[in-house]
Amino acid sequence: MSDLNDLYQETIIDHSKRPRNKGEVEQATHSAEGYNPLCGDRVQVQLKIENGHILGIGFRGAGCAISTASASLMTEAMKGKTPEEVEIAFRKFRDLLTEDQAPAPDLGKLAVFSGVREYPMRVKCATLAWHTLRAALRGDPQAVSTE
Amino acid sequence: MSAHAEVLKDSRAATAFNVDRIREDFPILREKVHGKPLVYLDNAATSQKPKAVIDSLVDYYTHYNANVHRAVHLLSTRATAACDDSREKVRRFINAGSTNEIVFVRGTTEGLNLVAQTHGRQNIGPGDEVLISGLEHHSNIVPWQILCEEKQARLRVVHIDDRGVVPLDEFEKALHERTRLVAISHVSNALGTVNPLADMIKMAHRWNAPVVVDGAQAAPHMHVDVRALDADFYAFSGHKLFGPTGIGVLYGKEALFNAMPPFQGGGDMIRSVTFEKTTYNDLPYKFEAGTPDIAGIIGIGAAIDYVNDVGMDAIAAYEQELLEYATDAVSQLEGVRIIGTAPNKASVISFVVDNAHPHDVGTVLDREGIAVRTGHHCAQPVMDRFGIAATTRASLAFYNTREEVDALIDGIRRVQEFFS
Repeated sequence: MSDLNDLYQETIIDHSKRPRNKGEVEQATHSAEGYNPLCGDRVQVQLKIENGHILGIGFRGAGCAISTASASLMTEAMKGKTPEEVEIAFRKFRDLLTEDQAPAPDLGKLAVFSGVREYPMRVKCATLAWHTLRAALRGDPQAVSTE
Repeated sequence: MSAHAEVLKDSRAATAFNVDRIREDFPILREKVHGKPLVYLDNAATSQKPKAVIDSLVDYYTHYNANVHRAVHLLSTRATAACDDSREKVRRFINAGSTNEIVFVRGTTEGLNLVAQTHGRQNIGPGDEVLISGLEHHSNIVPWQILCEEKQARLRVVHIDDRGVVPLDEFEKALHERTRLVAISHVSNALGTVNPLADMIKMAHRWNAPVVVDGAQAAPHMHVDVRALDADFYAFSGHKLFGPTGIGVLYGKEALFNAMPPFQGGGDMIRSVTFEKTTYNDLPYKFEAGTPDIAGIIGIGAAIDYVNDVGMDAIAAYEQELLEYATDAVSQLEGVRIIGTAPNKASVISFVVDNAHPHDVGTVLDREGIAVRTGHHCAQPVMDRFGIAATTRASLAFYNTREEVDALIDGIRRVQEFFS
């Protein structure tokens, strides 16, 4: 049995209470909205992209501790990255949540979500912001759904 | 044992309701969840099944599994008789006038859709109105939206107040000569509000508008008397009534059922078929195309027997006491707000915890062995009304105990340790 502390690691609690990069991105070039029909959570991700790099990234919306912390840590980790790098990071992050193997070593702080694997119903909470970020990069402003 | 506990025990014994004995009838209540005893407080989603219901399914499949209404052999005769018995049990359970008025469906949702697609399509036209309340969950909204869109009719909503009550005067004002149908829940699944149904039905009938009742959350908790209510249609589900999933009941007044076209075509619902012309079977079979959920029908009969044995009056009294106990306990927690404070409620406590999202609340409670529902409870408009995305909902049944409510309170405290 996994302990609740494995899921709600200190970093997750910290970022859920004091989310980073929450708010509007000035002169945003890309934006998308994501929706988790299971719980009704909505998140909006805004980006400012220049010369193929994410210069500004922010999110808005209310969600559970897992989805809020995931959005917060994602925005920190993806600042300065290219869309290709986002895609690689997303795949590693998704594997962390769903595959029973050691996390990719370069995931950095994002590895705190490893406990989510034990809670299949919560995987969608952790990936909502990521799906939304990818939709924004695709130039798809429609709400993406995690279903 | 302390004197206080003695008194408590005595006062409970006085209600002649032996919850410990009742719990023995439900095998699942002996399960452990994450190593802790199961505390099942998600009864509004689905209820647990007494052994008598489980046995009735096993008995059917073991001893007399056969199709109904079709063959002369003994097993088919027995299965047919068992289904007929169940229909009679349902009739008595809701005090319908005739078994012709009892149609077996998959569940409440199918019952509501049946009415929308038959009576609704036949009687509602452009400019007409269907009236619903702001308490409804998706299965009592969407079928009417589909109907209104198809017929260019209008779906009108009577909104709820801050307590989660449908104001009766607002309801009355919303009725008029173009109101062709009223669809309303007896008890709200998200908030537990009990609607003053008899009054509402009287008001609707003054405008000749038939009333469709979503009784899914009422049937397990209180006496339902469709004739005293004068309900035109009343739908409920077996699985919330301690019976199996996949079976439900649609009651309809015989005159209305007779005037309605069939819902689905197939076997059992016909009298004769040629390629030129089919004549339909009598009630209630007209609305029961194809092989029914025979095991489910037998199971819902066994569930009704079980509930009758315990006694609906005793169940309602015990649950009200438990609801009050739980409401008091949750109200006393700082940083916790109950959503839905109607004076007349049944079984449900929906609440929000400061700084903790319902999903996180649900996960922490689950680790304590406590099963609650978290989310919008398929009632997003209700959540919107209170400006929230979701709640945590504890919903009680007569096998729940004060000790389980105490476990819930301890669980909420644990949530607060984590998140505040």
